[in-house]
Amino acid sequence: MADPMRIRAQVAGDKATVRVLMSHEMETGQRKDAAGATIAAWHIQEVSAQHNGKTVMTAQWGPAVSKNPFMQFNVKGAKVGDKVTISWVDNKGDKRTDEAVVS
Amino acid sequence: MQNRREMLSHSVKVAAMLAAVGLMPGLAQAQAAAYNTPAFAAKTLAEVMKALGAAMPAESKDVTITGPDIAENGAVVPVGAATTLPGVKRLLMMVEKNPAMLAAMFNVTDAIDANISTRVKMGQSSDVYAVAMMNDGKVLFARKEIKVTLGGCGG
Amino acid sequence: MSRQNEARPRRAILLASAMLVCLAAGAQTKSPADGIAEYRKMLEDGNPADLFEAKGEALWKQRRGPKSASLEACDLGKGPGNVKGAWAEMPRYFADTARVQDLESRLLTCMETLQGLSAAEIAKTPFGRGEQSNVTALATWIAAESRGMRFNVPQGHAEERRFYELGKRAFFFRGGPMDFSCATCHSEEGKRIRLQDLPLLTKNPGDGIGFAAWPAYRVSNGEMWSMQLRLNDCFRQQRFPYPGFASEATIALGSYMGVNAKGALSIAPGLKR
Repeated sequence: MADPMRIRAQVAGDKATVRVLMSHEMETGQRKDAAGATIAAWHIQEVSAQHNGKTVMTAQWGPAVSKNPFMQFNVKGAKVGDKVTISWVDNKGDKRTDEAVVS
Repeated sequence: MQNRREMLSHSVKVAAMLAAVGLMPGLAQAQAAAYNTPAFAAKTLAEVMKALGAAMPAESKDVTITGPDIAENGAVVPVGAATTLPGVKRLLMMVEKNPAMLAAMFNVTDAIDANISTRVKMGQSSDVYAVAMMNDGKVLFARKEIKVTLGGCGG
Repeated sequence: MSRQNEARPRRAILLASAMLVCLAAGAQTKSPADGIAEYRKMLEDGNPADLFEAKGEALWKQRRGPKSASLEACDLGKGPGNVKGAWAEMPRYFADTARVQDLESRLLTCMETLQGLSAAEIAKTPFGRGEQSNVTALATWIAAESRGMRFNVPQGHAEERRFYELGKRAFFFRGGPMDFSCATCHSEEGKRIRLQDLPLLTKNPGDGIGFAAWPAYRVSNGEMWSMQLRLNDCFRQQRFPYPGFASEATIALGSYMGVNAKGALSIAPGLKR
């Protein structure tokens, strides 16, 4: 199971700014190792975000998203104490879901 | 007070429980829209839009792309795509000179601002596009040139 | 003036357009140094080092190894389990091992005595693998617990002073095929290699610079670099063999740089290109 994400969700006015750091190699599949063999692509493909259980955003990513990805977006109408959940699935089927409380 | 790990492991247990009873939030929806492999393999703007079944985008002042003028390292380039127009379906980020142009695609709902940032890899100095696909079928873009330097040793 | 322009219109036009291009370029893209500064600022929020910090904190508290114990009784110089401010006072002398140790050396001691892991095995493990990646994560979190504090590496013990002198010797010691020393790059003000500024390490180079900038996450390879890894890479660049993980020479260099950096604000874990 992959390392946990770091999620910060902070209220700013009538929204919450959500910042996520994910732990993932995001290997492009373009690189070669010392022996000359191509290192297989390994990257997050799908991301979703929920606010109090309701899906507010989904995304599809290619390998060009940077290693240990960072993502930031604003959830409308989020209040202190609300839950923000982020999930990802990678091309090998590995998954991760983490949750944070809006502060 | 719980430390970060305890808090996170608790949430993982909750998530595992939800998954077990088939209530994993969001993932079912994410998987339902199958991963658009052709879009992420496309080399040109035209190929990407074709794979997305969308029109070629028109440049628009209502779409903004944020990013540095110079990226010290192409491995991590912060890019933001935004629009103030209502009725956005998707925000895309593309790097023209990358082996495959489309870096990320975000499905926007009314519950979030159409304003998303992430970090992308750039193989070399290139134009970077923020594309907004609207509910009414219009496709708009903003473009910015980002130079990528090679840093030296150390630091 | 206009007469000259009429006489040599092409040159004047060329000059004028060149000036316009320069002005336009200046207005749009700023100087490269400003551009790089802006880029670095954009990355400050959301440093992937946070991921390693979280991992390190968890490892500190987790029961591991043959002795199934946590590291919470580890003494980093401020008493068992006292982590806040410890990084800002290392390397330092430890009575129980009767020697000067830096953070990573001390982590090896604690991982062996408290948890039963093999210090020798960990020292031999390449960076980024197995227990070495755990040491890096621990070092990241422990350094973060000194964030915003000023370096105050002790020199009260005779051994601490000896290690400072040893470090100074090592710093100026030229060798290897290029006849380089640390001083080759780090003993003059205002030097750089391409776009990387080379901090002056013979005195305090400033807050968050040099010794005070590490551990740091390197975006170019997506790796978390502890001070030992930073030193390892310096030796690699000098084409000089690495003296070994947590060896006396590396601890001594840490003493030299750390003492010189007295008063500098620690910003670790930082973000580097």
